[in-house]
Amino acid sequence: MDAELIDRLMRLSALSLDEQQRRALSADLQRIVALIDVMQAANTEGVAPLAHPLDGCQPLRPDEVTEIVDRERFQRGAPAVRDGLYLVPRVVE
Amino acid sequence: MSFELAPFATLTALREALCAKHVSAAELARFYLRRIAADEANCFITLCEEQAQAQARQADAEIARNGQRDLLGLPIAHKDVFCTNGVRTTCASKMLANFVAPYDAAVVANLKAAGAITLGKTNMDEFAMGSSNETSHFGAVANPWDAKRVPGGSSGGAAAAVAAGLAPAATGTDTGGSIRQPAAFCGVSGLKPTYGRVSRFGLVAFASSLDQGGPIARSAADLRLMLRYMEGHDRRDSTSACAVATPAEGVPEALTIGIPTQYWANLNADIAAALEAAATLLERLGHRRQEITLPHTEFAIPAYYVISAAEASTNLSRYDGVRYGHRAAEPASLDDLYSRSRSEGFGAEVKRRILTGTYTLSVGYYEAYYKKAQRLRRLIRQDFLDAFQNVDLILTPATPTPAFERGQHREPTTMYKQDVFTIPASLAGLPALAVPCGFAGHLPVGMQLIGPHFAEDRLLTLAETFQRETDWHLRTP
Repeated sequence: MDAELIDRLMRLSALSLDEQQRRALSADLQRIVALIDVMQAANTEGVAPLAHPLDGCQPLRPDEVTEIVDRERFQRGAPAVRDGLYLVPRVVE
Repeated sequence: MSFELAPFATLTALREALCAKHVSAAELARFYLRRIAADEANCFITLCEEQAQAQARQADAEIARNGQRDLLGLPIAHKDVFCTNGVRTTCASKMLANFVAPYDAAVVANLKAAGAITLGKTNMDEFAMGSSNETSHFGAVANPWDAKRVPGGSSGGAAAAVAAGLAPAATGTDTGGSIRQPAAFCGVSGLKPTYGRVSRFGLVAFASSLDQGGPIARSAADLRLMLRYMEGHDRRDSTSACAVATPAEGVPEALTIGIPTQYWANLNADIAAALEAAATLLERLGHRRQEITLPHTEFAIPAYYVISAAEASTNLSRYDGVRYGHRAAEPASLDDLYSRSRSEGFGAEVKRRILTGTYTLSVGYYEAYYKKAQRLRRLIRQDFLDAFQNVDLILTPATPTPAFERGQHREPTTMYKQDVFTIPASLAGLPALAVPCGFAGHLPVGMQLIGPHFAEDRLLTLAETFQRETDWHLRTP
Protein backbone atom coordinates (compact mmCIF):
# COMPACT_ATOMS: atom_id res chain seq x y z
CA MET A 1 0.00 0.00 0.00
CA ASP A 2 2.35 2.74 -1.12
CA ALA A 3 1.43 6.41 -1.24
CA GLU A 4 0.88 6.28 -4.98
CA LEU A 5 -1.69 3.49 -4.70
CA ILE A 6 -3.52 5.27 -1.86
CA ASP A 7 -3.65 8.41 -4.02
CA ARG A 8 -5.07 6.45 -6.91
CA LEU A 9 -7.73 4.77 -4.74
CA MET A 10 -8.76 8.11 -3.26
CA ARG A 11 -9.03 9.64 -6.71
CA LEU A 12 -11.09 6.71 -8.04
CA SER A 13 -13.36 6.87 -4.95
CA ALA A 14 -13.68 10.67 -5.05
CA LEU A 15 -12.52 10.91 -1.44
CA SER A 16 -10.00 13.28 0.09
CA LEU A 17 -8.33 12.75 3.45
CA ASP A 18 -5.98 14.80 5.58
CA GLU A 19 -2.52 13.45 6.39
CA GLN A 20 -3.50 11.92 9.74
CA GLN A 21 -6.58 10.16 8.31
CA ARG A 22 -4.47 8.96 5.43
CA ARG A 23 -1.88 7.36 7.70
CA ALA A 24 -4.58 5.63 9.75
CA LEU A 25 -6.36 4.47 6.63
CA SER A 26 -3.20 3.16 5.04
CA ALA A 27 -2.49 1.03 8.12
CA ASP A 28 -6.09 -0.26 8.17
CA LEU A 29 -6.02 -1.13 4.48
CA GLN A 30 -2.79 -3.10 5.01
CA ARG A 31 -4.57 -5.21 7.64
CA ILE A 32 -7.68 -5.62 5.50
CA VAL A 33 -5.59 -6.75 2.53
CA ALA A 34 -3.79 -9.24 4.79
CA LEU A 35 -7.21 -10.53 5.89
CA ILE A 36 -8.54 -10.98 2.36
CA ASP A 37 -5.27 -12.45 1.09
CA VAL A 38 -6.16 -15.59 3.09
CA MET A 39 -8.34 -16.44 0.07
CA GLN A 40 -5.29 -17.13 -2.04
CA ALA A 41 -4.72 -20.39 -0.12
CA ALA A 42 -7.95 -21.85 -1.52
CA ASN A 43 -7.95 -23.89 -4.70
CA THR A 44 -10.65 -22.44 -6.95
CA GLU A 45 -9.44 -23.81 -10.23
CA GLY A 46 -12.30 -24.56 -12.61
CA VAL A 47 -14.90 -23.02 -10.28
CA ALA A 48 -17.25 -20.55 -11.94
CA PRO A 49 -17.74 -17.23 -10.12
CA LEU A 50 -21.09 -16.92 -8.31
CA ALA A 51 -22.72 -13.49 -8.59
CA HIS A 52 -26.22 -14.31 -7.32
CA PRO A 53 -26.60 -16.62 -4.33
CA LEU A 54 -29.53 -18.45 -5.92
CA ASP A 55 -27.86 -18.49 -9.33
CA GLY A 56 -31.05 -16.64 -10.15
CA CYS A 57 -32.18 -15.38 -13.47
CA GLN A 58 -33.27 -11.82 -14.08
CA PRO A 59 -36.95 -11.83 -14.97
CA LEU A 60 -37.94 -9.74 -17.96
CA ARG A 61 -40.96 -7.49 -18.12
CA PRO A 62 -42.80 -5.95 -21.06
CA ASP A 63 -41.08 -2.83 -22.35
CA GLU A 64 -43.81 -0.47 -21.23
CA VAL A 65 -43.69 2.76 -19.27
CA THR A 66 -44.99 1.95 -15.81
CA GLU A 67 -43.68 4.85 -13.76
CA ILE A 68 -44.05 8.56 -14.18
CA VAL A 69 -41.09 10.60 -12.97
CA ASP A 70 -42.34 13.36 -10.72
CA ARG A 71 -39.38 15.69 -11.14
CA GLU A 72 -40.59 18.36 -8.73
CA ARG A 73 -41.16 15.85 -5.92
CA PHE A 74 -37.90 13.99 -6.48
CA GLN A 75 -35.91 17.22 -6.59
CA ARG A 76 -37.35 18.48 -3.33
CA GLY A 77 -34.44 16.92 -1.42
CA ALA A 78 -31.73 18.13 -3.78
CA PRO A 79 -29.14 20.53 -2.35
CA ALA A 80 -29.33 23.01 -5.27
CA VAL A 81 -31.80 23.12 -8.17
CA ARG A 82 -33.06 25.82 -10.50
CA ASP A 83 -35.80 25.49 -13.15
CA GLY A 84 -35.86 21.73 -12.65
CA LEU A 85 -32.12 21.37 -13.17
CA TYR A 86 -29.44 20.31 -10.69
CA LEU A 87 -26.82 22.98 -10.08
CA VAL A 88 -23.12 22.13 -10.03
CA PRO A 89 -19.99 24.30 -10.31
CA ARG A 90 -19.32 25.48 -13.85
CA VAL A 91 -17.58 22.76 -15.91
CA VAL A 92 -17.48 24.47 -19.33
CA GLU A 93 -16.26 28.03 -19.77
CA MET B 1 -60.08 -3.61 32.40
CA SER B 2 -58.23 -6.87 32.99
CA PHE B 3 -55.44 -6.17 30.50
CA GLU B 4 -52.34 -4.45 31.80
CA LEU B 5 -49.95 -2.85 29.34
CA ALA B 6 -46.63 -4.66 29.58
CA PRO B 7 -43.53 -3.55 27.67
CA PHE B 8 -42.43 -7.09 26.91
CA ALA B 9 -45.66 -8.40 25.39
CA THR B 10 -45.37 -10.26 22.10
CA LEU B 11 -47.08 -9.07 18.92
CA THR B 12 -49.29 -12.15 19.15
CA ALA B 13 -50.44 -11.23 22.68
CA LEU B 14 -50.99 -7.59 21.74
CA ARG B 15 -53.02 -8.62 18.72
CA GLU B 16 -55.33 -10.71 20.92
CA ALA B 17 -55.68 -7.83 23.38
CA LEU B 18 -56.57 -5.45 20.55
CA CYS B 19 -59.11 -7.86 19.04
CA ALA B 20 -60.70 -8.43 22.47
CA LYS B 21 -60.74 -4.64 22.91
CA HIS B 22 -58.80 -4.91 26.18
CA VAL B 23 -56.59 -2.13 24.90
CA SER B 24 -56.85 0.38 22.07
CA ALA B 25 -54.27 0.98 19.37
CA ALA B 26 -54.01 4.58 20.56
CA GLU B 27 -53.20 3.43 24.11
CA LEU B 28 -50.60 1.00 22.78
CA ALA B 29 -48.94 3.63 20.58
CA ARG B 30 -48.88 6.14 23.44
CA PHE B 31 -47.42 3.55 25.80
CA TYR B 32 -44.47 2.72 23.52
CA LEU B 33 -43.92 6.33 22.40
CA ARG B 34 -43.57 7.31 26.07
CA ARG B 35 -41.09 4.52 26.67
CA ILE B 36 -39.07 5.56 23.63
CA ALA B 37 -39.06 9.20 24.77
CA ALA B 38 -37.55 8.07 28.09
CA ASP B 39 -34.97 5.78 26.40
CA GLU B 40 -31.38 6.49 27.39
CA ALA B 41 -29.86 3.77 25.23
CA ASN B 42 -30.14 5.82 21.98
CA CYS B 43 -32.12 3.13 20.17
CA PHE B 44 -33.97 5.56 17.90
CA ILE B 45 -32.83 8.21 15.44
CA THR B 46 -36.28 9.56 14.55
CA LEU B 47 -39.53 9.28 16.44
CA CYS B 48 -42.79 9.32 14.42
CA GLU B 49 -45.04 10.55 17.20
CA GLU B 50 -47.78 12.36 15.30
CA GLN B 51 -47.89 9.88 12.46
CA ALA B 52 -48.10 6.94 14.89
CA GLN B 53 -50.93 8.52 16.81
CA ALA B 54 -52.85 9.31 13.63
CA GLN B 55 -52.34 5.74 12.37
CA ALA B 56 -53.48 4.41 15.75
CA ARG B 57 -56.69 6.48 15.66
CA GLN B 58 -57.46 5.08 12.21
CA ALA B 59 -56.73 1.56 13.44
CA ASP B 60 -59.09 2.00 16.37
CA ALA B 61 -61.83 3.18 14.03
CA GLU B 62 -61.25 0.11 11.87
CA ILE B 63 -61.20 -2.23 14.89
CA ALA B 64 -64.52 -0.71 15.99
CA ARG B 65 -65.89 -1.73 12.57
CA ASN B 66 -64.50 -5.25 13.18
CA GLY B 67 -61.44 -4.73 10.97
CA GLN B 68 -59.48 -7.95 10.53
CA ARG B 69 -56.10 -6.95 9.11
CA ASP B 70 -53.45 -9.10 10.80
CA LEU B 71 -51.22 -6.33 12.10
CA LEU B 72 -53.97 -3.79 12.62
CA GLY B 73 -52.96 -1.37 15.37
CA LEU B 74 -49.69 -3.15 16.22
CA PRO B 75 -46.80 -0.73 16.76
CA ILE B 76 -43.42 -1.55 15.22
CA ALA B 77 -40.15 0.24 14.47
CA HIS B 78 -38.22 0.41 11.20
CA LYS B 79 -34.46 0.30 10.86
CA ASP B 80 -33.38 3.67 9.48
CA VAL B 81 -32.16 2.02 6.28
CA PHE B 82 -35.72 1.58 4.94
CA CYS B 83 -37.12 4.56 3.06
CA THR B 84 -40.22 6.05 4.66
CA ASN B 85 -42.33 8.50 2.70
CA GLY B 86 -42.21 11.90 4.40
CA VAL B 87 -40.11 10.71 7.38
CA ARG B 88 -36.34 11.20 7.16
CA THR B 89 -34.17 8.18 6.33
CA THR B 90 -30.62 8.76 7.51
CA CYS B 91 -28.85 5.37 7.35
CA ALA B 92 -27.18 6.75 10.50
CA SER B 93 -24.96 8.84 8.22
CA LYS B 94 -24.17 12.53 8.08
CA MET B 95 -24.53 12.04 4.31
CA LEU B 96 -28.29 11.45 4.66
CA ALA B 97 -28.91 13.31 7.93
CA ASN B 98 -31.63 15.42 6.27
CA PHE B 99 -32.78 13.04 3.55
CA VAL B 100 -36.54 12.55 3.25
CA ALA B 101 -37.49 9.80 0.82
CA PRO B 102 -40.35 10.49 -1.57
CA TYR B 103 -41.66 6.92 -1.25
CA ASP B 104 -42.00 3.96 1.14
CA ALA B 105 -39.75 0.89 0.90
CA ALA B 106 -41.67 -2.26 -0.10
CA VAL B 107 -41.22 -3.65 3.42
CA VAL B 108 -42.60 -0.45 4.98
CA ALA B 109 -45.54 -0.34 2.56
CA ASN B 110 -46.34 -4.05 3.05
CA LEU B 111 -46.37 -3.79 6.84
CA LYS B 112 -48.40 -0.58 6.67
CA ALA B 113 -50.92 -2.28 4.37
CA ALA B 114 -51.29 -5.05 6.97
CA GLY B 115 -52.20 -2.39 9.55
CA ALA B 116 -48.90 -1.93 11.43
CA ILE B 117 -48.11 1.43 13.01
CA THR B 118 -44.66 3.01 12.67
CA LEU B 119 -43.26 4.23 16.01
CA GLY B 120 -39.99 5.51 14.57
CA LYS B 121 -36.69 4.76 12.87
CA THR B 122 -34.03 2.85 14.76
CA ASN B 123 -30.32 3.53 15.11
CA MET B 124 -27.79 1.42 13.21
CA ASP B 125 -24.20 1.31 12.03
CA GLU B 126 -23.61 3.88 9.30
CA PHE B 127 -24.95 2.46 6.01
CA ALA B 128 -25.30 -0.88 7.87
CA MET B 129 -21.51 -1.29 7.94
CA GLY B 130 -20.54 -2.56 11.35
CA SER B 131 -21.12 -5.16 14.05
CA SER B 132 -21.50 -2.94 17.11
CA ASN B 133 -23.61 0.12 16.21
CA GLU B 134 -20.56 2.22 17.09
CA THR B 135 -20.21 3.70 13.60
CA SER B 136 -23.55 5.59 13.74
CA HIS B 137 -23.30 9.34 13.08
CA PHE B 138 -26.02 9.66 15.75
CA GLY B 139 -23.99 7.95 18.46
CA ALA B 140 -23.61 4.44 19.82
CA VAL B 141 -26.47 2.37 21.26
CA ALA B 142 -26.22 0.79 24.71
CA ASN B 143 -27.02 -2.89 25.20
CA PRO B 144 -30.12 -3.11 27.46
CA TRP B 145 -28.47 -5.93 29.45
CA ASP B 146 -25.33 -3.93 30.18
CA ALA B 147 -25.02 -0.27 29.22
CA LYS B 148 -21.21 -0.50 28.82
CA ARG B 149 -21.63 -3.09 26.09
CA VAL B 150 -22.68 -2.88 22.45
CA PRO B 151 -26.03 -4.18 21.18
CA GLY B 152 -24.33 -5.62 18.10
CA GLY B 153 -24.89 -4.33 14.61
CA SER B 154 -25.73 -3.21 12.23
CA SER B 155 -29.40 -3.48 13.33
CA GLY B 156 -28.32 -2.60 16.89
CA GLY B 157 -31.01 -0.01 17.59
CA ALA B 158 -33.73 -2.40 16.39
CA ALA B 159 -32.56 -5.32 18.55
CA ALA B 160 -31.96 -3.12 21.60
CA ALA B 161 -35.39 -1.48 21.19
CA VAL B 162 -37.16 -4.85 21.15
CA ALA B 163 -35.05 -6.12 24.08
CA ALA B 164 -35.73 -2.97 26.12
CA GLY B 165 -39.49 -3.10 25.49
CA LEU B 166 -39.57 0.04 23.36
CA ALA B 167 -41.30 -1.81 20.52
CA PRO B 168 -42.71 -5.34 20.32
CA ALA B 169 -41.02 -5.93 16.95
CA ALA B 170 -38.81 -4.15 14.45
CA THR B 171 -37.55 -4.51 10.92
CA GLY B 172 -33.85 -5.03 10.33
CA THR B 173 -31.51 -5.85 7.49
CA ASP B 174 -28.81 -8.48 7.34
CA THR B 175 -25.89 -8.42 4.92
CA GLY B 176 -23.39 -10.53 6.88
CA GLY B 177 -25.19 -11.01 10.20
CA SER B 178 -26.74 -7.63 10.94
CA ILE B 179 -30.03 -9.12 12.19
CA ARG B 180 -28.77 -12.31 13.82
CA GLN B 181 -25.76 -10.95 15.72
CA PRO B 182 -27.60 -8.05 17.41
CA ALA B 183 -30.58 -10.34 18.15
CA ALA B 184 -28.16 -12.72 19.90
CA PHE B 185 -26.40 -9.91 21.80
CA CYS B 186 -29.72 -8.48 23.01
CA GLY B 187 -31.50 -11.76 23.84
CA VAL B 188 -34.24 -11.46 21.20
CA SER B 189 -35.19 -13.42 18.06
CA GLY B 190 -34.13 -12.40 14.56
CA LEU B 191 -34.58 -13.89 11.09
CA LYS B 192 -32.60 -13.33 7.91
CA PRO B 193 -34.79 -14.74 5.15
CA THR B 194 -33.57 -16.43 1.96
CA TYR B 195 -31.97 -13.87 -0.37
CA GLY B 196 -34.73 -12.52 -2.57
CA ARG B 197 -37.64 -13.45 -0.31
CA VAL B 198 -38.08 -9.89 0.97
CA SER B 199 -37.99 -7.06 -1.56
CA ARG B 200 -35.01 -4.71 -1.43
CA PHE B 201 -37.03 -1.92 -3.07
CA GLY B 202 -36.49 1.17 -0.94
CA LEU B 203 -33.83 -0.50 1.22
CA VAL B 204 -30.79 1.79 0.94
CA ALA B 205 -28.21 -0.45 -0.72
CA PHE B 206 -24.97 -1.57 0.95
CA ALA B 207 -24.10 -4.87 -0.80
CA SER B 208 -26.89 -5.74 -3.21
CA SER B 209 -26.15 -9.44 -3.66
CA LEU B 210 -26.25 -9.96 0.12
CA ASP B 211 -28.65 -7.38 1.63
CA GLN B 212 -31.87 -8.88 2.93
CA GLY B 213 -34.59 -7.40 5.13
CA GLY B 214 -36.03 -9.42 8.00
CA PRO B 215 -37.80 -9.17 11.35
CA ILE B 216 -36.54 -8.86 14.94
CA ALA B 217 -39.08 -9.78 17.61
CA ARG B 218 -39.64 -11.35 21.02
CA SER B 219 -40.50 -14.85 19.75
CA ALA B 220 -40.21 -17.09 16.71
CA ALA B 221 -44.01 -16.97 16.35
CA ASP B 222 -43.78 -13.18 16.01
CA LEU B 223 -40.99 -13.53 13.43
CA ARG B 224 -43.36 -15.69 11.41
CA LEU B 225 -46.14 -13.09 11.67
CA MET B 226 -43.81 -10.27 10.60
CA LEU B 227 -42.27 -12.27 7.73
CA ARG B 228 -45.70 -13.01 6.29
CA TYR B 229 -46.15 -9.29 5.67
CA MET B 230 -42.58 -8.43 4.74
CA GLU B 231 -42.07 -11.07 2.02
CA GLY B 232 -43.40 -11.28 -1.48
CA HIS B 233 -42.32 -10.95 -5.08
CA ASP B 234 -41.74 -7.37 -6.15
CA ARG B 235 -41.08 -6.53 -9.78
CA ARG B 236 -39.38 -3.30 -8.66
CA ASP B 237 -36.51 -5.40 -7.24
CA SER B 238 -34.86 -7.32 -10.08
CA THR B 239 -33.43 -9.87 -7.61
CA SER B 240 -36.76 -10.51 -5.90
CA ALA B 241 -37.47 -14.24 -5.93
CA CYS B 242 -40.44 -15.22 -8.08
CA ALA B 243 -41.81 -18.03 -5.93
CA VAL B 244 -41.56 -16.90 -2.33
CA ALA B 245 -45.05 -17.83 -1.26
CA THR B 246 -44.02 -21.40 -0.51
CA PRO B 247 -46.88 -23.03 1.39
CA ALA B 248 -46.22 -24.45 4.86
CA GLU B 249 -44.28 -27.57 3.94
CA GLY B 250 -45.44 -29.74 6.83
CA VAL B 251 -42.33 -29.99 8.93
CA PRO B 252 -41.52 -33.61 9.89
CA GLU B 253 -41.65 -34.48 13.58
CA ALA B 254 -38.07 -35.71 13.64
CA LEU B 255 -35.45 -33.58 11.96
CA THR B 256 -31.80 -34.30 11.38
CA ILE B 257 -29.83 -31.37 12.72
CA GLY B 258 -26.35 -30.80 11.36
CA ILE B 259 -23.58 -29.80 13.75
CA PRO B 260 -20.74 -28.33 11.69
CA THR B 261 -17.40 -29.18 13.24
CA GLN B 262 -15.83 -25.93 11.93
CA TYR B 263 -18.26 -23.84 13.99
CA TRP B 264 -18.12 -25.83 17.20
CA ALA B 265 -14.33 -25.96 17.58
CA ASN B 266 -12.60 -23.62 20.07
CA LEU B 267 -15.84 -22.07 21.27
CA ASN B 268 -16.16 -19.65 24.18
CA ALA B 269 -16.98 -21.93 27.17
CA ASP B 270 -20.30 -20.28 28.09
CA ILE B 271 -21.49 -20.32 24.49
CA ALA B 272 -20.42 -23.94 24.06
CA ALA B 273 -22.35 -24.93 27.21
CA ALA B 274 -25.51 -23.11 26.07
CA LEU B 275 -25.28 -24.65 22.59
CA GLU B 276 -24.71 -28.14 23.95
CA ALA B 277 -27.74 -27.79 26.24
CA ALA B 278 -29.85 -26.62 23.29
CA ALA B 279 -28.70 -29.52 21.12
CA THR B 280 -29.42 -31.98 23.93
CA LEU B 281 -32.92 -30.56 24.38
CA LEU B 282 -33.60 -30.87 20.65
CA GLU B 283 -32.49 -34.51 20.80
CA ARG B 284 -34.80 -35.11 23.76
CA LEU B 285 -37.63 -33.73 21.59
CA GLY B 286 -36.98 -36.49 19.07
CA HIS B 287 -34.59 -34.80 16.64
CA ARG B 288 -31.34 -36.38 15.60
CA ARG B 289 -27.95 -34.66 15.58
CA GLN B 290 -25.32 -35.39 13.01
CA GLU B 291 -21.83 -33.99 12.66
CA ILE B 292 -21.19 -32.35 9.31
CA THR B 293 -18.32 -30.52 7.73
CA LEU B 294 -18.38 -27.21 5.83
CA PRO B 295 -14.79 -27.24 4.58
CA HIS B 296 -14.56 -23.75 3.07
CA THR B 297 -15.76 -21.92 6.20
CA GLU B 298 -12.37 -20.29 6.85
CA PHE B 299 -12.60 -18.43 3.55
CA ALA B 300 -16.02 -16.92 4.22
CA ILE B 301 -14.82 -13.76 6.01
CA PRO B 302 -12.22 -12.80 3.40
CA ALA B 303 -14.59 -13.56 0.50
CA TYR B 304 -17.35 -11.59 2.19
CA TYR B 305 -15.21 -8.52 2.75
CA VAL B 306 -14.13 -8.52 -0.87
CA ILE B 307 -17.63 -8.93 -2.30
CA SER B 308 -19.45 -6.65 0.15
CA ALA B 309 -16.82 -3.88 -0.12
CA ALA B 310 -16.83 -4.09 -3.92
CA GLU B 311 -20.61 -3.77 -4.01
CA ALA B 312 -20.51 -0.99 -1.39
CA SER B 313 -17.98 1.05 -3.34
CA THR B 314 -20.24 0.78 -6.39
CA ASN B 315 -23.51 1.47 -4.57
CA LEU B 316 -22.18 4.40 -2.59
CA SER B 317 -20.87 6.15 -5.70
CA ARG B 318 -24.40 7.60 -5.99
CA TYR B 319 -23.66 10.03 -3.15
CA ASP B 320 -22.20 12.93 -5.07
CA GLY B 321 -23.57 16.02 -3.34
CA VAL B 322 -25.68 16.83 -6.42
CA ARG B 323 -29.01 15.02 -6.34
CA TYR B 324 -29.57 14.44 -2.61
CA GLY B 325 -27.61 14.10 0.60
CA HIS B 326 -24.80 16.18 2.03
CA ARG B 327 -23.22 18.86 -0.20
CA ALA B 328 -19.96 20.61 0.65
CA ALA B 329 -20.15 24.39 0.96
CA GLU B 330 -18.79 26.59 -1.84
CA PRO B 331 -17.20 23.95 -4.05
CA ALA B 332 -14.36 25.25 -6.24
CA SER B 333 -15.01 22.73 -9.03
CA LEU B 334 -17.13 19.69 -9.81
CA ASP B 335 -14.38 17.34 -8.58
CA ASP B 336 -14.08 19.37 -5.40
CA LEU B 337 -17.86 19.13 -4.93
CA TYR B 338 -17.81 15.32 -5.26
CA SER B 339 -14.72 14.79 -3.19
CA ARG B 340 -15.49 17.13 -0.30
CA SER B 341 -19.18 16.19 -0.12
CA ARG B 342 -18.23 12.51 0.17
CA SER B 343 -15.31 13.07 2.55
CA GLU B 344 -17.43 15.21 4.89
CA GLY B 345 -20.54 13.02 4.61
CA PHE B 346 -19.08 9.53 5.16
CA GLY B 347 -17.60 8.21 8.41
CA ALA B 348 -14.32 6.33 8.74
CA GLU B 349 -15.68 2.79 8.39
CA VAL B 350 -17.68 3.64 5.27
CA LYS B 351 -14.56 5.19 3.71
CA ARG B 352 -12.51 2.09 4.56
CA ARG B 353 -15.02 -0.14 2.82
CA ILE B 354 -15.32 2.12 -0.24
CA LEU B 355 -11.52 2.18 -0.62
CA THR B 356 -11.24 -1.58 -0.06
CA GLY B 357 -13.88 -2.15 -2.74
CA THR B 358 -12.22 0.27 -5.11
CA TYR B 359 -8.95 -1.58 -4.58
CA THR B 360 -10.33 -5.07 -5.22
CA LEU B 361 -12.23 -3.91 -8.31
CA SER B 362 -9.35 -1.99 -9.85
CA VAL B 363 -7.27 -3.09 -12.82
CA GLY B 364 -4.74 -5.72 -11.84
CA TYR B 365 -6.60 -6.82 -8.70
CA TYR B 366 -10.04 -7.68 -10.06
CA GLU B 367 -9.20 -11.28 -10.95
CA ALA B 368 -7.06 -11.93 -7.85
CA TYR B 369 -9.62 -10.58 -5.41
CA TYR B 370 -13.12 -10.04 -6.76
CA LYS B 371 -13.34 -13.05 -9.09
CA LYS B 372 -11.52 -15.22 -6.54
CA ALA B 373 -14.06 -14.24 -3.89
CA GLN B 374 -16.95 -15.06 -6.21
CA ARG B 375 -15.46 -18.49 -6.92
CA LEU B 376 -15.11 -19.09 -3.19
CA ARG B 377 -18.68 -17.97 -2.77
CA ARG B 378 -19.77 -20.84 -5.01
CA LEU B 379 -17.69 -23.33 -3.02
CA ILE B 380 -19.09 -22.06 0.29
CA ARG B 381 -22.63 -22.36 -1.05
CA GLN B 382 -21.86 -25.86 -2.37
CA ASP B 383 -20.66 -26.91 1.10
CA PHE B 384 -24.13 -26.07 2.42
CA LEU B 385 -25.98 -27.69 -0.48
CA ASP B 386 -23.94 -30.88 0.08
CA ALA B 387 -24.68 -30.79 3.82
CA PHE B 388 -28.41 -30.39 3.18
CA GLN B 389 -28.35 -33.70 1.29
CA ASN B 390 -27.99 -35.33 4.71
CA VAL B 391 -29.43 -32.93 7.25
CA ASP B 392 -32.59 -30.82 7.46
CA LEU B 393 -31.14 -27.88 9.37
CA ILE B 394 -27.82 -26.72 10.75
CA LEU B 395 -27.29 -25.59 14.35
CA THR B 396 -24.44 -23.20 15.18
CA PRO B 397 -23.63 -20.48 17.68
CA ALA B 398 -24.80 -17.04 16.50
CA THR B 399 -21.72 -15.19 17.77
CA PRO B 400 -18.22 -16.13 18.98
CA THR B 401 -18.67 -14.23 22.27
CA PRO B 402 -21.48 -12.53 24.18
CA ALA B 403 -21.87 -8.75 23.72
CA PHE B 404 -18.49 -7.02 23.98
CA GLU B 405 -17.70 -3.65 25.54
CA ARG B 406 -17.81 -0.42 23.54
CA GLY B 407 -14.39 0.39 22.18
CA GLN B 408 -13.14 -3.17 22.60
CA HIS B 409 -12.59 -3.84 18.90
CA ARG B 410 -10.94 -0.68 17.60
CA GLU B 411 -9.06 -2.48 14.88
CA PRO B 412 -11.39 -3.04 11.90
CA THR B 413 -10.30 -6.58 11.09
CA THR B 414 -10.94 -7.84 14.65
CA MET B 415 -14.42 -6.34 14.36
CA TYR B 416 -14.91 -8.08 11.01
CA LYS B 417 -14.17 -11.44 12.63
CA GLN B 418 -17.18 -11.03 14.96
CA ASP B 419 -19.43 -12.18 12.10
CA VAL B 420 -17.62 -15.47 11.57
CA PHE B 421 -20.73 -17.61 12.19
CA THR B 422 -23.26 -15.51 10.30
CA ILE B 423 -21.36 -14.61 7.12
CA PRO B 424 -21.29 -18.05 5.45
CA ALA B 425 -25.12 -18.36 5.28
CA SER B 426 -25.26 -14.81 3.88
CA LEU B 427 -22.85 -15.68 1.07
CA ALA B 428 -24.93 -18.76 0.30
CA GLY B 429 -28.20 -16.77 0.38
CA LEU B 430 -29.65 -19.17 2.95
CA PRO B 431 -32.31 -18.37 5.54
CA ALA B 432 -31.00 -18.30 9.10
CA LEU B 433 -32.39 -17.22 12.43
CA ALA B 434 -30.99 -16.47 15.87
CA VAL B 435 -32.91 -17.19 19.06
CA PRO B 436 -31.83 -16.93 22.71
CA CYS B 437 -30.53 -20.22 24.17
CA GLY B 438 -28.86 -19.32 27.45
CA PHE B 439 -26.68 -16.85 29.29
CA ALA B 440 -23.01 -16.12 29.78
CA GLY B 441 -23.12 -14.49 33.20
CA HIS B 442 -25.60 -11.65 32.85
CA LEU B 443 -25.41 -11.56 29.03
CA PRO B 444 -27.70 -13.45 26.64
CA VAL B 445 -26.34 -16.09 24.26
CA GLY B 446 -27.96 -16.90 20.91
CA MET B 447 -28.01 -19.97 18.72
CA GLN B 448 -28.30 -19.90 14.96
CA LEU B 449 -30.38 -22.25 12.83
CA ILE B 450 -29.56 -22.31 9.11
CA GLY B 451 -31.89 -23.94 6.58
CA PRO B 452 -31.99 -24.71 2.86
CA HIS B 453 -33.19 -21.96 0.52
CA PHE B 454 -36.83 -21.02 1.25
CA ALA B 455 -37.06 -23.40 4.27
CA GLU B 456 -38.08 -20.56 6.61
CA ASP B 457 -41.13 -22.56 7.72
CA ARG B 458 -38.90 -25.39 8.92
CA LEU B 459 -36.57 -22.99 10.76
CA LEU B 460 -39.44 -21.17 12.43
CA THR B 461 -41.25 -24.37 13.38
CA LEU B 462 -38.18 -25.72 15.16
CA ALA B 463 -37.53 -22.37 16.85
CA GLU B 464 -41.18 -22.23 18.00
CA THR B 465 -40.86 -25.74 19.44
CA PHE B 466 -37.63 -24.74 21.19
CA GLN B 467 -39.33 -21.67 22.67
CA ARG B 468 -42.25 -23.75 23.95
CA GLU B 469 -39.73 -25.84 25.89
CA THR B 470 -37.47 -23.02 27.14
CA ASP B 471 -37.92 -19.58 28.64
CA TRP B 472 -34.70 -17.87 27.46
CA HIS B 473 -36.69 -15.65 25.10
CA LEU B 474 -38.95 -14.56 27.97
CA ARG B 475 -36.09 -13.14 30.08
CA THR B 476 -35.90 -9.38 30.23
CA PRO B 477 -33.08 -7.02 31.20
